[in-house]
Amino acid sequence: MKHRLSKPMAFLLVVLLMYLAAGLYDAERAVAALSFSVSMAGQILPVLALVFAIMLLSNVLLKSQWVKTHLGRDSGAGAWLVSVIAGIFSPGPIYPWLTLLKELKEKGMRPALIAVFLYSRGIKLPMLPLLIHYFGLAYALLLLLYIPLFALLSGVLIEKLPGLNEVEK
Amino acid sequence: MRLKKAFLKTRKSFLAILPVIAGMMLLTGLILQFVPIQALSSLMGKSKALDALSGALLGSVSAGQPLISYVLGGELLASGVSLVAVTALIVSWVTVGSVQLPFEVMMLGRRFAIVRNLISFVFSILIAILTVSTLSLLGVAL
Repeated sequence: MKHRLSKPMAFLLVVLLMYLAAGLYDAERAVAALSFSVSMAGQILPVLALVFAIMLLSNVLLKSQWVKTHLGRDSGAGAWLVSVIAGIFSPGPIYPWLTLLKELKEKGMRPALIAVFLYSRGIKLPMLPLLIHYFGLAYALLLLLYIPLFALLSGVLIEKLPGLNEVEK
Repeated sequence: MRLKKAFLKTRKSFLAILPVIAGMMLLTGLILQFVPIQALSSLMGKSKALDALSGALLGSVSAGQPLISYVLGGELLASGVSLVAVTALIVSWVTVGSVQLPFEVMMLGRRFAIVRNLISFVFSILIAILTVSTLSLLGVAL
């Protein structure tokens, strides 16, 4: 019986082969790369757990019809605002959040709101004191103002551009 | 029963995607080690207009903690690179995801992911110009 490698497993295999090649080229840097990735995995685990919980809840509570009504094509200004706030407060690396967004998109979430959520993640509240330390309060406040505004604008553009606003049936 | 069904569905989605998340994390480490971000920053400081573009490009191909972009931005600013370029770098660092693009394509579709990242790239330059212009209007100097 033939076993075909799934696309995700094939992707992982390719990356592992790249590590092998990198290790042969420069073992020290390959180990440093691996060490960075392991530390990133440490950060991602709690977020994965959080996203798993949200996905589970959404699978229990949210029916496609609810998503289509509240986050779909006819959702109102509130949905845009919620997307900005959710993006700002979504912690950790992007990968688990993309998994959640894929599920919500399949249930009928408007692509424009996905764009708004992703762009709003540009605001990193825990890093705010450091941004103020390096560039000053006025600079940090301006970025806090402009990033959400442009997040909304990116959603509007995604909505207007043809072929980008298809919601799963 | 409904909870069990939902749990199994969520677990299935998660298990299917875990190899890709693991692969992307490994790939990010590899790119950060082997793409010479510091060397790329030496391209900046030649012309203000090109600096904004270089800053946005540099931020777009980078990943990792935004703190790195603040430190790098601070160093570039001290070495004479314009604030517009540094701001474009800082903003594109957190809004454009070239490193994560393959995963975004897989999750949300090729066209959406590419267009969204292109929009974010252009916006990082616009935000940089707006931020610096506003600071200038307010009479705030860094």
